[in-house]
Amino acid sequence: MDIDRRGLLKVAGLTLLGLSVKPGWQVFSKDEPAEPSPDAETLARKRWGMGIYVRKCWKEEGCRDCIDACHRIHNVPDMGTLKEEIKWIWKAPYENVFPEHEFEVTQEDYQQKPVMLLCNQCDNPPCVKFCPTRATWRREDGIVMMDFHRCIGCRYCMAGCPYGSRSFNWRDPRPFIKKVNLDFPTRTRGVVEKCNFCVERLAQGLIPACVEACKEKALVFGDLKDPKSEIREVLKFKTLYQRMPELGTKPKIYYIL
Amino acid sequence: MYDGRKIIPGLILFLGLVTYPVWHNLASGKSNYVPKPKLPTDKKECIEPKEAIRINHKTLLEDWRNSVVRNAGKTYVAYNKKKYTMSLNRTCMNCHKDKAEFCDQCHNYAGVTNKCWDCHIYPKQLEEKQS
Repeated sequence: MDIDRRGLLKVAGLTLLGLSVKPGWQVFSKDEPAEPSPDAETLARKRWGMGIYVRKCWKEEGCRDCIDACHRIHNVPDMGTLKEEIKWIWKAPYENVFPEHEFEVTQEDYQQKPVMLLCNQCDNPPCVKFCPTRATWRREDGIVMMDFHRCIGCRYCMAGCPYGSRSFNWRDPRPFIKKVNLDFPTRTRGVVEKCNFCVERLAQGLIPACVEACKEKALVFGDLKDPKSEIREVLKFKTLYQRMPELGTKPKIYYIL
Repeated sequence: MYDGRKIIPGLILFLGLVTYPVWHNLASGKSNYVPKPKLPTDKKECIEPKEAIRINHKTLLEDWRNSVVRNAGKTYVAYNKKKYTMSLNRTCMNCHKDKAEFCDQCHNYAGVTNKCWDCHIYPKQLEEKQS
């Protein structure tokens, strides 16, 4: 068969066009795009925060419901010693939590009364600035997240956190967990951990475990950006205390006395 | 060649010793060994075709990890538009219940180690621990 230049070009062009039919079809026939992950914008519509009624917490002495609930579902080990202690939510004496408050005449009323402490989920978290591997970062909805896969255990974040919210796994924590929760990973030796505001429960539409566990309803959780949310109602017209607000970290745990 | 009588048998002996692992494995049939990961009997279908999973399960798991931890994305749409929760435990290990009978079969053969199970717990492991 004799083929001239023009004919060859025609055939070649048609062949190329034919070859592009299938990929083209695939591109344009995409009926259902993959479910978008909640992107930055969607997340940023919310800002999670917590209010703590300090006095309600004093009603039952020695109550540890919130601590136990949190530590159980997050596989937080009980290391036994204070030096190696790992804590996501814990309590400390009032005078240590708010040393700037006046105690000269009220000492007896407040001394040694427990106050619940947890990660303050700061708007301006120093731990995030210090992390050299970006293993910890602030999510758009305000939760200071922790990627255990990425943590190298340098503990700069622990040095940076003014609230002492972070704990380091000096040893393999597995043997120190009484009952392992399968739905949440344990940690390994050499990583830092802290409260994650129950991000895995929020994703399922549940409230944090500590809030759920509290019988006295001393903990209130909600979206600070929603003017109708429970937390906003609670925070309205109340005297609120934050821990060390003067540092400019903008903590989102509010204490109501 | 000087000392050819010593050198040539020496060389043959040397080559024989050096290649010992190769022909030993050939003779004992070890070179024909194929790892046999135990597949779940009650489930027929994996999230992706077998070939794709074989080659890409590592990048898939890494993508899942990044997606879940860093981007809060939890749903995976498979090649056949089926949706799966991105979770090592709740999706993968829900069918492949025992790491020792599945993951380890190939990983040990290929000399691959991973750190998944330093933190994540597979269901069977928990049973063993609590029984």
